[in-house]
Amino acid sequence: MLMQTAAPERRKSDELVTMTGSGIRRNGRWLVRGVDLSIHRGEIVTLIGPNGAGKSTTAKMAIGVLRADEGKVERKDGLKIGYVPQKLAIDWTMPLSVRRLMRLTAKLDDAKLMAALTDVGIPHLVDAEVRHLSGGEFQRALLARAIARNPDLLVLDEPVQGVDFAGESALYELIRNIRQKTGCGILLISHDLHMVMADTDTVICLNGHVCCRGTPDAVSRSDDYRRLFGNVGAGLAVYSHHHDHTHLPDGRVQHKDGSVTDHCHPDDGHHHDHAADGHEHHGHDHHHGDHDHADHAHSAEKEHRHA
Amino acid sequence: MLDDFFFRALLAGIGLALTTGPLGCFVVWRRMAYFGDTIAHSALLGVALSLMLEINLLVSVFAVAVAVSLLLLLLQKRQALSADALLGILSHSTLAIGLVMVAFMSWVRIDLIAFLFGDILAVTPGDIALIWGGGLVVLAALVVLWRPLIASTVSADIAEAEGLKPERARLLFMLLMALVIAIAMKIVGIMLITALLIIPAATARRFSSAPEGMAVLSSVIGVIAVVGGLFGSLTYDTPSGPSIVVAALILFILSLLPGRAKNLAEGGTTSGGRS
Repeated sequence: MLMQTAAPERRKSDELVTMTGSGIRRNGRWLVRGVDLSIHRGEIVTLIGPNGAGKSTTAKMAIGVLRADEGKVERKDGLKIGYVPQKLAIDWTMPLSVRRLMRLTAKLDDAKLMAALTDVGIPHLVDAEVRHLSGGEFQRALLARAIARNPDLLVLDEPVQGVDFAGESALYELIRNIRQKTGCGILLISHDLHMVMADTDTVICLNGHVCCRGTPDAVSRSDDYRRLFGNVGAGLAVYSHHHDHTHLPDGRVQHKDGSVTDHCHPDDGHHHDHAADGHEHHGHDHHHGDHDHADHAHSAEKEHRHA
Repeated sequence: MLDDFFFRALLAGIGLALTTGPLGCFVVWRRMAYFGDTIAHSALLGVALSLMLEINLLVSVFAVAVAVSLLLLLLQKRQALSADALLGILSHSTLAIGLVMVAFMSWVRIDLIAFLFGDILAVTPGDIALIWGGGLVVLAALVVLWRPLIASTVSADIAEAEGLKPERARLLFMLLMALVIAIAMKIVGIMLITALLIIPAATARRFSSAPEGMAVLSSVIGVIAVVGGLFGSLTYDTPSGPSIVVAALILFILSLLPGRAKNLAEGGTTSGGRS
């Protein structure tokens, strides 16, 4: 057992968001269900999982954009959130400069505005029109806007999409620094199962429910980790794990013992025991080949491949 | 030489254009043109109800507009049909029901054309007070709601997450639309109200670098269209409502011409008949 060793004592008063058995249902289908999750001050929680796993839905539920149809979501009183959504479609008929975007939800003085833009590396674009930005530049502008608010909780839904590789590391570094500097909590979403920040305190793997969770900190001290990540850029951790159940193409779930159920939320009796069969790493090397995890065959198989 | 009725028409039209400018920007940004049209068409049902129940015309039109807005919100939540199809159904059925009801009331004689296309030259001092009073209310509400409205137009999710209550802003915006349409009906008529919302805003787009600037410029362009249209209407003896819309359209077309952008924005005038 590698997990649950590094988590520091946390006080209740440091809790920013706590979700207990939360779920969202749409048109008779559970998008995500049975989510237990808490984010404390100074903590980075990363959600990973394949497309359609309910990562964005879970994040929106955590910050109150979506109301939970089941379970409980508690937010600290007066919680100040900075949010970078996954998708944003601005109608081109609205003239919007980066400067104006930065002041979208609150007043902001010029010094703080420029400081945030400098942090994300686009101070020169302050007067550019938002619709003329490239995908990566736009993403940086959104991140700058969220951090300039000086939030208690930063929610970043795939914040580095469209950003080039070098920029990606720099932005992760920035996110790390923000946590250190301001002590805010961070909820980070990544679709890439194998590119998760090393500084993440808790990684939660979603696939319509919480498949598993663990702390990369502990992983990083293991020999397995060094063997696996010796040749990957610093700051990017690979979180590898296997599952005790298989999502069939029709949405049903096949469990380790061979039984098949409609869902795999915790109360159906088939959920895995993290302590017992946790997060051991397999000896595959990382030389950019296509290695499937042999022992977990999710229907979204591609999501689990090494690029 | 300004005749008295013409001066009243100018005053009413200018008051309306000042209001529809900023509101129209949101209609364009939020892609609510068809929504505006639907609310406008429902105004005829309001007219019919006002005649039947003998209640104030403005109150009746406003009430129907609000009811249709709420009905639309409700139907959209059920997601059985696309918003587009729902709008089409509500738009034309309210218009048709209004027309049928008016036909049944053989005891009233109303000038249907005046309701459909406006009769700005028949504006009374009371109407002017209403337009300016109502317009001020709408503009004041927009100023107060400005940040949540802009934020939720860019991203409702961000606005919600960061505590700006976009749902409330959206609802209030619909009420403002209903109010403006009720006020505007007499000026440009049911069929042409949306033109006064959309065309000045679309014209202002090219000369604007911030949403605030675009809102102000839309008002200015709307005022120019009203003045130009009314003078054109007087000169060529054309109906006033359509003339205003034609003037607005001419400004829009001019705004598309390459290189002429600056001149126009700085107050180039228009005569209603030029094309």
